[in-house]
Amino acid sequence: MSIDRHLRTERVREPAIRVQGLEKSYGALRVLRGVDFEVPRGGVLALLGSNGAGKTTVVRVLSTLLRADAGTAVVNGFDVTTQAADVRESISLTGQFAAVDEILTGRENLVLVARLRHLRDPGRTAERLLDRFSLTDASARRVATYSGGMRRRLDIAMSLVGSPPVIFLDEPTTGLDPHARLEVWQAVRDLAERGTTVLLTTQDLDEAEHLADRIAILHEGRVIVDGTLAELKRLLPPARVEYVEKQATLEDVFLALVADEGTTSTAAGR
Amino acid sequence: MTRHFAADTAVLLGRSLRHIGRSPDTIITTAIMPIAFMLLFVYVLGGAIQTGTGSYVTYLLPGILLITVASGVSYTAYRIFLDLRGGIFERFQSMPIARSSVLWAHVLTSLVANLVSVVVVTLVALLMGFRSGAGVLAWLGVTGVVALFTLALTWLAVIPGLTARSVDGASAFSYPLILLPFISSAFVPTDSMPGPVRAFARHQPVTSIVEAIRTLFAGQPVGSDLWVALAWCVGILAVAYACALVVYRRTIS
Repeated sequence: MSIDRHLRTERVREPAIRVQGLEKSYGALRVLRGVDFEVPRGGVLALLGSNGAGKTTVVRVLSTLLRADAGTAVVNGFDVTTQAADVRESISLTGQFAAVDEILTGRENLVLVARLRHLRDPGRTAERLLDRFSLTDASARRVATYSGGMRRRLDIAMSLVGSPPVIFLDEPTTGLDPHARLEVWQAVRDLAERGTTVLLTTQDLDEAEHLADRIAILHEGRVIVDGTLAELKRLLPPARVEYVEKQATLEDVFLALVADEGTTSTAAGR
Repeated sequence: MTRHFAADTAVLLGRSLRHIGRSPDTIITTAIMPIAFMLLFVYVLGGAIQTGTGSYVTYLLPGILLITVASGVSYTAYRIFLDLRGGIFERFQSMPIARSSVLWAHVLTSLVANLVSVVVVTLVALLMGFRSGAGVLAWLGVTGVVALFTLALTWLAVIPGLTARSVDGASAFSYPLILLPFISSAFVPTDSMPGPVRAFARHQPVTSIVEAIRTLFAGQPVGSDLWVALAWCVGILAVAYACALVVYRRTIS
């Protein structure tokens, strides 16, 4: 899979996302002070930063919801300011809060998005995604009755309608329980395997380590480091060998105790 | 992008209409207050009101229809507010759709929902003794005026829907609109009002719209009232539409 991704990257030299000197202020508050980074096609970049670091602002600029004060951002070869319509054709956004229609059913939500993306067979698209995200059984129920994890899965499924080449996931696992978090992780890995470019924002270091092939750390309005996990680790003094007793983490205990009808394994099995 | 405008608006209109279909209480609550006003004025206060015409309910209905619309449009503000807060608005905005279709879908939904409420109120008025000598053309005229009035107030409602910070704020704007018919010829003839109030009542939009609908219902030839009424509706519509688009552009960029 990674060889395939390399070939793809070789073929299309232009990175999927290129951000240069991006600046944005809200009044006197300078949120972005010259952000630079690139995401190669098919790559998964985690934009890491603490609360208020400007991660969401970057995503909103890239998804044409917000205009930057200075700098350029190119997504799938299109400039976000001058070719916004083409950018919107190339992307999909999953924001911090599940952007689903509570009154409609899960299936209707997917059909709605498929129609708005002008797909030929909205019904079939919906069925396929419901199946892929293990939502078929709940498809006829109103989203208001869904759990947080199901909503998030539906939200991500809605972002995949029409298979846009670039996907933005803004803190996709915030507020989710460990099960739901693993399901979302699996969904992101699936995306990467299919060659979709993913820009993921998170404040969860573990998440960045598990999902991303490159990590950029946003701090005080700038990307202060950008590289693979191995490259980032080299920034610190070499590892020392220590002997520690391997203890189960609370997460291991929690997942072992509540493992029921294999929710995680169905998600992982796909 | 704009080539999809009609198709996108239709899809989003279907979504909002489905919302209404699943919570028909929005139509019922819109109709209940005007019906209560109608009962109150006809059976409690009406006996003491001299309109110089025959049945009071027939005199009253045009104003009641405007109150119905004025209270109904607040649901547009409410729905737009919920879309904004829920994040689905941002999803739509980041998708390759005609951007204004999001607003148009809400406006057309308001038109459909309010016309249904208006029909319900009119049916109750018929039970209470409302009679009209209007022909088909006059009924079409009434429908046209009410629809235009609804469009104007709905575009007005879009503004608080986009700017409100809370649900209450989103719908509070409609209270003055609901009160406006009380200071007009909707309930009592303006002749009985003291000078300044009478001057206001005679020159505010509700009076001319009410008089125009009343004349159409009576099957009489329409005079200048209809043109003044249409001018008010088109004027409010144009200003509200322009302001709403300015606010919308500020919201989405």
